[in-house]
Amino acid sequence: MPATRPLHLAADIGGPPHYEARHYTALARLAERGTLDFVTLGDSFARPGLDALAVLARVAPATERIGLVPTVTTTHTEPFHVSSAVATLDWVSRGRAGWSPEVSTTEAEAALFGRRPAAPLADLWHEAREVADVAAKLWDSWEDGAEIRDEPTGRFIDRDKLHYVDFEGRTFSVRGPAIVPRPPQGHPVTVIDASAPEPRAAAVRHADVALVRAEDPAAARALREELRDRARAHGRDPERLRVLVSLPVELHTTADAVALAGLIGDWYEQGAAEGFQLRPAEPERDLALLVDGTVPVLQHRGLLRRFYPGATLREHLGLARPVNQYAHAGSPS
Amino acid sequence: MTKQLHLAAHFPGVNNTTVWADPRSKSQIDFSSFVHLARTAERGLFDFFFLAEGLRLREHKGRIHDLDVVGRPESLTVLSALAAVTEHLGLAATVNATFNEPYELARRLASLDHLSGGRAAWNVVTSFDAFTGENFRRGGYLDRADRYTRAAEFVATARELWDSWTPDGTPRPFAHHGQHFSISGEFTVPRSPQGHPVVIQAGDSGEGREFAASTADIVFTRHGTLEAGQEFYADVKSRLARYGRRPEDLKIMPGVTVVLGDTDAEAQEKAADIRRRQISPQNAIVALEQIWGRDLSAYDPDGPLPDIDPDPDSELVKGRVKVGDPFTVAAKWRALSEAKGLSIRQTVIETSGRQSFIGTPASVADRLTEFVTADAADGFILVPHLTPGGLDDFVDRVVPLLQERGVFRTEYSGPTLRSHLGLPTPVRKG
Ligand SMILES: Cc1cc2nc3c(=O)[nH]c(=O)nc-3n(C[C@H](O)[C@H](O)[C@H](O)COP(=O)(O)O)c2cc1C
Repeated sequence: MPATRPLHLAADIGGPPHYEARHYTALARLAERGTLDFVTLGDSFARPGLDALAVLARVAPATERIGLVPTVTTTHTEPFHVSSAVATLDWVSRGRAGWSPEVSTTEAEAALFGRRPAAPLADLWHEAREVADVAAKLWDSWEDGAEIRDEPTGRFIDRDKLHYVDFEGRTFSVRGPAIVPRPPQGHPVTVIDASAPEPRAAAVRHADVALVRAEDPAAARALREELRDRARAHGRDPERLRVLVSLPVELHTTADAVALAGLIGDWYEQGAAEGFQLRPAEPERDLALLVDGTVPVLQHRGLLRRFYPGATLREHLGLARPVNQYAHAGSPS
Repeated sequence: MTKQLHLAAHFPGVNNTTVWADPRSKSQIDFSSFVHLARTAERGLFDFFFLAEGLRLREHKGRIHDLDVVGRPESLTVLSALAAVTEHLGLAATVNATFNEPYELARRLASLDHLSGGRAAWNVVTSFDAFTGENFRRGGYLDRADRYTRAAEFVATARELWDSWTPDGTPRPFAHHGQHFSISGEFTVPRSPQGHPVVIQAGDSGEGREFAASTADIVFTRHGTLEAGQEFYADVKSRLARYGRRPEDLKIMPGVTVVLGDTDAEAQEKAADIRRRQISPQNAIVALEQIWGRDLSAYDPDGPLPDIDPDPDSELVKGRVKVGDPFTVAAKWRALSEAKGLSIRQTVIETSGRQSFIGTPASVADRLTEFVTADAADGFILVPHLTPGGLDDFVDRVVPLLQERGVFRTEYSGPTLRSHLGLPTPVRKG
């Protein structure tokens, strides 16, 4: 990896559940002060906690630059609603949204919905891939500039720039188009934890950011190469995939924070990955040390930028705004 | 104390209410528009901010309807964000009971209630058409009767979930086994600041009214005239006792528009101009086709109504609530058009508006007060024709007069939407 490439840093702001907006807003602002690319917030129907996407929507107007990436489950939810909510997070954050698709594997989660039994992981991730696919289609179902407000003809929209997606999956179908116009980033950023084989198969097809877990830089580099090769095999440009090592962190002192900077810098310089998603044991404590201890050292070493050069999460990540898959199809709706 | 009135702000959604060609009309999707209207409403000490819902783009003659404002964000997500830029304003989302599941929706609503400090509301609607269903796993499968039994069981189930944590803050297992839902487990969210988010109902059939009487905190209605309002009000309030509820436990709020002028004549002129711009020649034909169920594009909007009969089995229009038997409506329109010598467009203008309060700020304040004191309503959901500045004048010019007359609050008395509405916190069951 060329050394000029910026290091990407993200942090998880989960931890024990809180039920007040203030807590999450404070953490996201802290991460923003450290010019991190994005924060992640995990979610599940199975354990106490608020809806993560709602929490980050609440955080959006209270922050300016930081990317916001909630976990969104695809198993018992409606793909149409999921795509609308993620697109809306992008609208309310003015282009800072991502989402991290997840599946619900247990009978306990299935019983909360009572619609179908738990399914094997491979089936659930197959479905999650279909959800990611239909979400992208729905985000594209309005071309940019579909809203024309043409007074002479009385037309508010140009319906030739709106598209039915007519998606037929194994477990659902969606006619489209979306009710939400194409979001500011075109597609919000898709982040997939690619640790296990099933989500990895989804990541190589759909992820903009893949998270990997590894014991040492060599193992991380091997994973990164594998992901890039497989993305290429699916016809994707591997330069459009960011691989971040997901690291648990526990910081008690400034010395810990400096040591973490050393580790991050070393791994990065050995080409382990394009960056790191840090998972603090205690977000309030660890994030403060990370921002005031680790970040300045990395900046001093010239590895981490000191300010946000752009406004959207895609810009932070150096990812282009996706071309609309319908825009050149030339097929009227 | 004099009966107090309640006010809500409707963010213009997908309808020809919005005059998008007006130079003051801004984006219907940028977050800044939502912030503008919400802050205006909060400045005016409104009870809540209201978002409608549509889950499929409307079609007309097999193609996407392209004349009106269309494209909107997902409600609960926008409202979560608005919670960050407002402090007191209630935040009401219209969310379908047919194409959602109780566990997930109850969780999203409870999350909004926590994130807003007790300001969440849910307008329970029941679209049922296979047309909307084509976007969902569920498909379109519910007939008219079933969608209300599902909606009622949905709300009851959500209330069980909202009640499921113990007062000391630990989840207690729930199990609900009913006709539409058979679910069990633990809810992920503690009891929210309002106990239960406020429940709104919009729908006018007997089943709809009964559903409102049994479980809703607010009814959103279209009955706007004084007489129709009083009739509806008396009918719905009389249904409450059957459920052990008091008349004041359910607030009746029609959706209305307001047009202000420095004189009554000026306001009338403005209102006529707005109606003309809402009903463009193209929109007049579309409105006619919606009733007739036929292609009427050959007709002149400035000419007379067609003398052919409506097609009762028409599939021409999709995604809109039907407004009654087409033959009855057509006959009424013809009679009106003949009696007053109205063209197609004039007839549509004359028949399609909702209740409007038109006049000087003082006369509008008087009329609003009269409606509320005469028990035609408990308050109003104001539907502006401009996004997002459509309520600026109302808040600046009418609200102070309502306050002077002693019928509207001069400050918020509490932090939650229930406190604005004077509604008690629901008693925890189980
Ligand atoms: C004032 C009012 C507002 C409504 N708003 C919505 C809406 O935003 N979204 C929706 O899907 N249905 C909406 N509805 C439709 C109702 O939920 C219901 O489907 C419809 O009124 C038919 O039910 P009914 O026969 O009981 O009237 C609304 C109805 C009324 C009366």
